[in-house]
Amino acid sequence: MALAIELTGITKRFPGVIANDDINLAVEAGEIHAICGENGAGKSTLMKILYGMQPADEGVMKVNGEIVDFTSPSEAIDAGIGMVHQHFMLAGQLSVLENVILGAEPTKSANRIDRAVATKHLAEVGEAYGLTIDPDDLVETLEVGERQRVEIIKVLYRGAKILILDEPTAVLVPQEVDELFRNMRELKADGATILFIDHKLEEVLEIADTITVLRQGKTVATVKPTDVTTADLAELMVGSELPTPATSASTVTDEVALEIRDLTVLDDNGRPSVDNVSLRVHRGEVVGVAGVEGNGQNEMIEAVMGTEPIHAGTIILHNSDITRLSVRARREAGIGYVPQDRHHEGLLLEAPLWENAALGYQTKAPFSRGIWFDSAGTRERTEKIREEFDVRTPDIDVSAHALSGGNQQKLIIGREMASEPELLVAAHPTRGIDVGAQAAVWENIRKARRAGMATLLISADLEELIGLSDTIVVMYKGRLVAVLDPNEIDARALGSYMTGANLALDTTAGDAS
Amino acid sequence: MTDDSLRRRIFMTLAAPVGAVLLSVVFSAIVLLIAGANPFAAYADMFEHAAKLETQVSMINRATPLYISGVAAAIGFRMNLFNIGVEGQYLLAAIFAAFVGGAVALPGVFHIGLILLVAMFVGGMWAGVAGLLYTQRGINEVISTIMLNGVALGLVAALVKEWQAKGDIAIVKVGTEPIADSGIIPNLTFIPELFGDIRNDLTGVLVIAIVVGISYHVLINRTVFGYDLRASGANPFAARAGGIPPKRMVMTAMLMSGAVGGLVGMAEIMDKGRYNPNFVGYLGFNGIAVTLLGRNHPAGIALGALLWAFLEASSNILQVTNTAPKEIADIMKGVILLSTVIGYEVVRRIRVREEAARTAARLAEVA
Repeated sequence: MALAIELTGITKRFPGVIANDDINLAVEAGEIHAICGENGAGKSTLMKILYGMQPADEGVMKVNGEIVDFTSPSEAIDAGIGMVHQHFMLAGQLSVLENVILGAEPTKSANRIDRAVATKHLAEVGEAYGLTIDPDDLVETLEVGERQRVEIIKVLYRGAKILILDEPTAVLVPQEVDELFRNMRELKADGATILFIDHKLEEVLEIADTITVLRQGKTVATVKPTDVTTADLAELMVGSELPTPATSASTVTDEVALEIRDLTVLDDNGRPSVDNVSLRVHRGEVVGVAGVEGNGQNEMIEAVMGTEPIHAGTIILHNSDITRLSVRARREAGIGYVPQDRHHEGLLLEAPLWENAALGYQTKAPFSRGIWFDSAGTRERTEKIREEFDVRTPDIDVSAHALSGGNQQKLIIGREMASEPELLVAAHPTRGIDVGAQAAVWENIRKARRAGMATLLISADLEELIGLSDTIVVMYKGRLVAVLDPNEIDARALGSYMTGANLALDTTAGDAS
Repeated sequence: MTDDSLRRRIFMTLAAPVGAVLLSVVFSAIVLLIAGANPFAAYADMFEHAAKLETQVSMINRATPLYISGVAAAIGFRMNLFNIGVEGQYLLAAIFAAFVGGAVALPGVFHIGLILLVAMFVGGMWAGVAGLLYTQRGINEVISTIMLNGVALGLVAALVKEWQAKGDIAIVKVGTEPIADSGIIPNLTFIPELFGDIRNDLTGVLVIAIVVGISYHVLINRTVFGYDLRASGANPFAARAGGIPPKRMVMTAMLMSGAVGGLVGMAEIMDKGRYNPNFVGYLGFNGIAVTLLGRNHPAGIALGALLWAFLEASSNILQVTNTAPKEIADIMKGVILLSTVIGYEVVRRIRVREEAARTAARLAEVA
């Protein structure tokens, strides 16, 4: 069969990080092709390149056999590519028809919109692809799934034969997902090619004809859904050839550092993203939280940090209830935080390193005295962090964005560790950094653990979880579904727990202590 | 930091505003030529005028409220909070301060202090309304402050009318009751008099502007609060994760910005001794321009305010000498503002790239 899209050697670099590294992708005409990968694996960058939103640094892109070099999305549209973004771009006050033709309005004399032509064309498109929707409905009255259909019709109306769907199921409830998949199959039957991004593995296996897995900017495998299981896919996504942090003698004590009791967090739609979770972390213990992205792990640690409102439950740090405390009060009580996205929550990218080194600790010595910020003390501490945590930088006056990802991460780890926290909450502490920096981060966590620090660790790197943790808990759909001993489990088995496959074996688990 | 990189940093900082001024001179010359005027004669008039001591004193008098207004805006800008409402804040503050000042008689320091406090309180409260709307209802502060400007203007007009109707304000001298001498900040005319004879006074509010500038510098660069403010501006998400309460920061910054904004009208009050209906306007909006030019830096804002005052003075003299249309000064203002803002962004990008390259190069050397 002919190839609708063929990418060869696509590479895209950003300062300090390679987002796409020699990506090869072949999408056959008329198939549903899934792109899988963890957050930060390079999926979005790749789609942006494909849709002309940013140019690739290297590589060749072919659409229907012809070499293309898009400089803007309109060129991609002209080549028959349409994109449905995760966040809809619709005007609620306009009708379905008006939204569909927006920017591509057929006109009659005096530049007036030709509604008759538009309605007819819309009906043709709807019929050709089996998508029905009332063109006169106001978009704001539509359900989420219907709005998504409007977005799809919008790109079809513009003549797209190749559709890119960016995490289309992220916003949908299960019934809507079924409806979407039905539509996708019809589109395929009518000759459209669909490229869709997803990291919900069951869905991918259900709908895709071919699956390409990205990891750390590289294409690691292209597989057929009949040949793999969700556990295989999870393993491909997170990888297992990375160096393993060696387990060491247990330093777990009886003293409870953090206790989470019956925690429930609700998402924007009022559905529980963390559902009645109870958990204990002892001094000297690392509790690893395993789970496929989006199963409530992030919401749970944000609730512990105080950046996410809690619906119900109690959080106790060393026998004192911190449920109602501010983020600052929690940090002052001794919680260190390594956020999952260092650029988003961890750093002031345009500020010098020494200002970054104070973030989160600016109310305490050596960063301040009373209301006064202590620049000298801060600089001294920053130099110390730079030395002890091997942050490679010419000096501490450069901005954080000038450092490589690994060195940025070492700065964050150094900042949090240097204040000797009682509890470290770490999300993906080694994501996207090189092997050397990774080993250094692990060693730092292990050292602090020996000194009595309690750690709540989230990671998508299963080897990291198994190697560092004293206890592993698995989160699935907001609940703790299993408590596992890392000495008795491997990445493969853990992966199947994460996808809910072993759920039946372990329904009693819920309290890790 | 080495001398070389320090020199480079200074050069990069000044490149944009200096370039913008030069660009505006060239651009305005072209406009003048098209309009049939002689640009050299116009520029000569402007500089000749500015060389006079009296012009310089009046430039400082103009620059003083502009500077205070610039600092007021800068406090918010530092955390990406856009208080566009200094205009309304200072007008409302001025009328209340003048009213209270005219209604009491106290010993000097207390009288002046009371007037300043009332001005800061009213300015702060008015900005606080926008702060509340933002923190409680998530209403964008740009929109709310702009609309509150309109409300403030209406309120001021209504107050003047009300007082007139009640007979609180003598019709003959339309305005608030005059403030007794004890409430007037003494002028600083003795300073320019050291350099020669002049007929105009140097405003005593200059002292307040200097105090405001120094306090702003200390607050931003030397306190934990200043750190929190800058961090919130640099990355609100990281700031929040770092324990900086976003809502409280917005509220505090708004109150501070409004309180400083309340002082903008003081130069006029101290000069006229009362609030009168043709009170000087647009100081709030011009303050924003001055802050953009000075990039929120206490010294930069001062330079911006002086440049603005110079252009306003030039506009006056061109009107008198008739060598060029006076609007040329406004054209220059616009060109300077636009090109400076663009210039800063260009310089910022160059700097980001250079820094990344420099860091990478240094690391390659070490390795």
